Amino acid sequence: MIPASFDYVRPGSLAEACQELAADEDAKVIAGGQSLLPLLRLRLAYPTKLVDVARLPELAGVHDRGDHVFIGAMTTHDEVMRSGVVAAGAPLLALATAMVADPAVRHRGTFGGSLAHADPAGDLPAVVLALEGVLVARSAQGEREIPAADFFVDYLESSLRQGEVLVGVKIPKLGDGWGFHYEKFHRTAQAWAIVGVAAAVRRSNGSIQEARIGLTNMGTTPVRARAAETALEGLELGDGLRQACEEAAADTSPPADLHAQPDYRRHLARVLTHRAVRTAAGAP
Amino acid sequence: MPRISVKVDGIAYEEDVEPRLLLVHLLRERLGKTGTPAGCDTSNCGACTVMLDGKTVKSCSVLAVQADGSDIVTIEGLAANGSLHPMQRAFHEEHALQCGFCTPGMVMAAIDLVRDTPDPSEEAIREGLEGNLCRCTGYCNIVRAVKRGAQEMGQAVKSS
Ligand SMILES: Cc1cc2nc3c(=O)[nH]c(=O)nc-3n(C[C@H](O)[C@H](O)[C@H](O)COP(=O)(O)OP(=O)(O)OC[C@H]3O[C@@H](n4cnc5c(N)ncnc54)[C@H](O)[C@@H]3O)c2cc1C
Ligand code: FES
Ligand code: FES
Repeated sequence: MIPASFDYVRPGSLAEACQELAADEDAKVIAGGQSLLPLLRLRLAYPTKLVDVARLPELAGVHDRGDHVFIGAMTTHDEVMRSGVVAAGAPLLALATAMVADPAVRHRGTFGGSLAHADPAGDLPAVVLALEGVLVARSAQGEREIPAADFFVDYLESSLRQGEVLVGVKIPKLGDGWGFHYEKFHRTAQAWAIVGVAAAVRRSNGSIQEARIGLTNMGTTPVRARAAETALEGLELGDGLRQACEEAAADTSPPADLHAQPDYRRHLARVLTHRAVRTAAGAP
Repeated sequence: MPRISVKVDGIAYEEDVEPRLLLVHLLRERLGKTGTPAGCDTSNCGACTVMLDGKTVKSCSVLAVQADGSDIVTIEGLAANGSLHPMQRAFHEEHALQCGFCTPGMVMAAIDLVRDTPDPSEEAIREGLEGNLCRCTGYCNIVRAVKRGAQEMGQAVKSS
């Protein structure tokens, strides 16, 4: 379908983009357009104006900043996958990004757009939640930092305020001893996750010291599997793993849709968490 | 109305476009490049795939204004001096199409894959084409064609 009419601007700087957004409360940011254009074509959104931030230099690039990796919001999925800095400093993100959509969508779609879109079925929100990333937003009023735990508010709703642009994300580097894995369960190669599990696990001397687990599509936002994380802490690698991962679906309210009912999603969360943690911990 | 400049299959165009005009419609309806079909129109099938600055995109999911200043190559821009691109020839010779609707997108995606992976395995081919759906062939001949096209593209580079 053809979208309803809107105006289009491509500001030359971030400051100008913030002004455009401040001047019109029905204006909307467009990044890669891979989520927004389908919404416009289905006429589920009616912005008066699109503010194209895809080419802004302030939002570009991946930077090694010592204790964290800074990823500009307009870094495409393809660029994230190819980045040596991401591979070294945030390997879980590289793993998960390779499972997003298909090559053509990954050439256009951006890391920042995926987070701002706040789709609980998206693969990257759960990863950023598990890695305890910090999102940097700018508006005409200035800049602020939002921890991932406070960023995802509801279905397709982030805590970005009207007029704010997501500039980039700080992903803390996890040092030696950490292992990672992303498990995605989907019907076809290019499809969205029915359930996904992002796991970061620190092990030493044959036991798990710390586990961080982010769940994709297990609620209206991405969620941490806190009960499983607690159950895994201090656990020796071995038969107890599966039992600890049985806690993965505790306190979740997964959606029902064409692909799965909530009880099936809970089952998937338990099974996939076990697989993800086992692989991340390097256990047999 | 914004004015954009784009290069399509080697020819420069200046066009006044409504912001909501999709790239696929610019190509087909304004520039007559009907070699690029629109299939699902929901960014799932990949039939509308073209190269935008050397990378595949689904042209039903790009606004024409977003492509301002870009270099676009469609299926119509692949043949050189009247002879088919090696990947096109491989699709023809391996009988990798039936109705042909998915073929322009398949060929563009295959060329993109080979740029990164000059000698792709069957698995790499199936993964590289995951965003392109074919409702006729069952994919086996497509995979064979991409293998052959990749080999011939390698040879084309060597001999030129
Ligand atoms: C066929 C298909 C399959 C897909 N499969 C998957 C999948 O398996 N997994 C997955 O995770 N994703 C998937 N996606 C979505 C894809 O990852 C998109 O790239 C992503 O959701 C949005 O990124 P974008 O840059 O295209 O954002 P856009 O579509 O441009 O924007 C999305 C939303 O975010 C807002 N926004 C964007 N950038 C900013 C910013 N810097 N500041 C403030 N607001 C901003 C926009 O206003 C809009 O509301 C799929 C998409 C398609 C078309
Ligand atoms: S028509 Fe563009 S992906 Fe199907
Ligand atoms: S040949 Fe008919 S859809 Fe592929």
